[in-house]
Amino acid sequence: MNRRLFLSTLAFAPALPAAGETILIKNAKILTVTKGRIDGSLLIRDGKIAEIGATVMAPAGAVTVDAAGGFLMPGIVDCHAHVGADAINEGTISVSSMVRIEDVLAPDDIQIYRGLAAGVTTSNVLHGSANTIGGQCSVVKMRWGKTATQMVFAGAKPGIKFALGENVKRAGGGTNFSATLRYPATRMGVEDVVREAFNDARAYQRQRDEYQTRLAKGERVLPPRRDFKLEPLVEVLEGKRLVHAHCYRSDEILMLLRAAEEFGFKIRTLQHGLEAYKVAKEIAKHGAGVSTFSDSWSYKLEAYDAIPYNAALCMKAGVLTSLNTDAPVTQQRHLLQDAAKTQRYGQLTDDEALSLVTINPAKQLMIEDRVGSLEVGKDADIVLTDKHPLSLYAKVQKVFVDGEVYFDREQDIRERSLRSARRKALSEKLKPAPPPAQKKGAR
Amino acid sequence: MRRLITAAAFAVATIAHAENFALRGVTIHPISAAEMPNAVLVVTGDRIADFGPKAAIPKGHKVIEAKGLHIYPGMIDSASVLGLSEIGSVRETQDIAELGDFNPQLRTMVAVNPGSEHIPVSRANGITSSVVVPAGGFIGGQASIMHLDGWTWEEMTVSPSAAMQMRLPSQEATVTGRGLGTGRRPFAEVKRRYEEQMQQVRLFFEQARAYQARKANPVLGFKPELRLEAMIPVLEGKTPLMIVAAKERAIRDALAFAEREKVKLVLAGVREVDPFLEEIARKKIPVILPDLYQVPLEEDASIDEPLDLPAKLANAGIQFAFGSYNIERPRNLPFQAANAVGNGLSHDAAMKALTLGAAEIWGIADRLGSIDKGKFADFILTDGDPLEPKTQIRQMWILGKPVSLENRHTKLYEQYKKRL
Repeated sequence: MNRRLFLSTLAFAPALPAAGETILIKNAKILTVTKGRIDGSLLIRDGKIAEIGATVMAPAGAVTVDAAGGFLMPGIVDCHAHVGADAINEGTISVSSMVRIEDVLAPDDIQIYRGLAAGVTTSNVLHGSANTIGGQCSVVKMRWGKTATQMVFAGAKPGIKFALGENVKRAGGGTNFSATLRYPATRMGVEDVVREAFNDARAYQRQRDEYQTRLAKGERVLPPRRDFKLEPLVEVLEGKRLVHAHCYRSDEILMLLRAAEEFGFKIRTLQHGLEAYKVAKEIAKHGAGVSTFSDSWSYKLEAYDAIPYNAALCMKAGVLTSLNTDAPVTQQRHLLQDAAKTQRYGQLTDDEALSLVTINPAKQLMIEDRVGSLEVGKDADIVLTDKHPLSLYAKVQKVFVDGEVYFDREQDIRERSLRSARRKALSEKLKPAPPPAQKKGAR
Repeated sequence: MRRLITAAAFAVATIAHAENFALRGVTIHPISAAEMPNAVLVVTGDRIADFGPKAAIPKGHKVIEAKGLHIYPGMIDSASVLGLSEIGSVRETQDIAELGDFNPQLRTMVAVNPGSEHIPVSRANGITSSVVVPAGGFIGGQASIMHLDGWTWEEMTVSPSAAMQMRLPSQEATVTGRGLGTGRRPFAEVKRRYEEQMQQVRLFFEQARAYQARKANPVLGFKPELRLEAMIPVLEGKTPLMIVAAKERAIRDALAFAEREKVKLVLAGVREVDPFLEEIARKKIPVILPDLYQVPLEEDASIDEPLDLPAKLANAGIQFAFGSYNIERPRNLPFQAANAVGNGLSHDAAMKALTLGAAEIWGIADRLGSIDKGKFADFILTDGDPLEPKTQIRQMWILGKPVSLENRHTKLYEQYKKRL
């Protein structure tokens, strides 16, 4: 089905609060994640959380939403997804830092709606893992129905994808790409690609700095030729761009930390980091975060030592830890369930488990002043569930982004029959017309 | 982090080998009957000897106090590749799909690696048996039911031949793989190939029938043919044909094929099942659910698809069971069942589909699937609802023997916890 057609069928009915309205959600069990549980009400004003308390007076003109004893939790933050992007991998070269996911954002990707329906309100849309230094990523809010530009999380710090291990080593970047051999083919080569790239970036940085210095002195000098590949790497060196590095094995994790330290920058997050638990001490010391899967393992050799206790162990070691989906590899609709699984594998408390998909990924993306917990002043990105969100029996009922209802379960259910009627009508049109009536005997 | 409640765990850990015993103070969930709080479960040898609030503990049985804990029958994975696959991307570790289109003579049990790391990992969440299904060509081979404990595949085998796996030729023009790629073939080409292949499949069944007749009245020099011999239980309706069919066209074909060939059918992996609910229910065809961790099949499908499928089947009166298919999934079977409950299935129906319902479908309900006198002592001890992740599985017994819940993952966890 055409994406745009689908989009139009999901236009919201007027029964729900409109954008920008003051909304009081009452009769709720509010899981703030950072400040415990509050049973009461939450007030949304100008797209922000204005008040949380046992009793909150509804201001004049406020729309009241009855949570009917359900749970409110912060909008889920997925630190690693490939939703809402028309292209994922520029895998033809080992360093593709010049390409940007923001240029290929596809706001009509149905995965956005599906993620939203599961409570995901922010996604870090990453370049793929076909090459050692991939493209620039884009943090988006799941504003389904808005344009690509409107989806972008304004103010979020820019990031870039790195990748190590098997995906990178595969000649030509993987089975979906050309079979041409491409450096690197070993983990040694992967380290070299990182070091060569930052060696170049450092030289470029010096050249630029020298130009500025001489310019300031009033000298007449030609500016250095702009290098779109090295510019983002200089930003990494200057701490202006966050590195999200896909990795699996403990050796390569340690290698990357040391390479970064050699060039004086930090790895912000180790993505997947399935063996992070083996070097959790070193990761904590470097200050990197880990954003991992809940229980994926054994799909390739480097995932054979992956354990579902990874998140719990990293957390215990003092590493800032989150769970991600890598959607569509795993699904955003199971991200809450992934958090719940840490209660079986590692016996995390409710707040610890929820933090893995809310405040922790928000901190990893350095947007924790805006999202990740239910606190006054933060964006009103809120999820309403009928049961405790860590119970697998819970269903997401409503999802607010910036105080606006972007998903409403009742409405979704109402529109299903409308959608199937439209589908039926369309498939009727596809049927070939009956052959024209023929006269008897006329052959 | 929450404190481990260890009282019962270490009480049962003292049993090192199979011996007669009784668990006391437990809530028993027999599945075949209503739950019994504060009851006794008596195990003699490899069988459940007795159970109930007043069951007498025979002399010589070791008594284990497990007050406040729960007993459920071991779960059955109705479609797995357990023991046939170790590492997804490493071809050398794959024994799921043989070359060739028709291989009914193959049996999975002989290729189940008892040393696979996936077996103890799957056990840890309560799975005690698994229907191990092959997947090559049109007829992949026979699915064997295996206990998830044993030194050899022979010791593990519950049933050598529970079903004949089959996949009919596909009419799909779009081929979608895991990950990001999608390819399309021209429909005319797909249709032509499909018809040729369907002809081959029909021909194979004709050959099998002809062989069946030849065997009934053998002439001098009759030589058994293993491939066709293996089809006889299917033709006789003793072994069901387990046809994997997700989309509407494939399900329609599967139903028509079973009707035409007059064979017993089990449908597996169904997705677009709405148009056939009445027919499947009327014909009492059992269904093995697809892996429920899949994205909705179509862009305009419900956001709940396929999580809402179990409730749909239950409401239509269709018997169904859960299957993992993917080597990473068996341990997620109880969680998929929980997702089904979150999408409208009753908790009782979910538990039944994981245990007794599956045993009934596979014809092993005389031995497995519930807590009943005379059945195999295959069960788990938990501190709560086994479908919720917050619950801990404390102990497992298979054939009356305590089975370790330790696995590659718990070992690595314990090992590296020391390094923190």
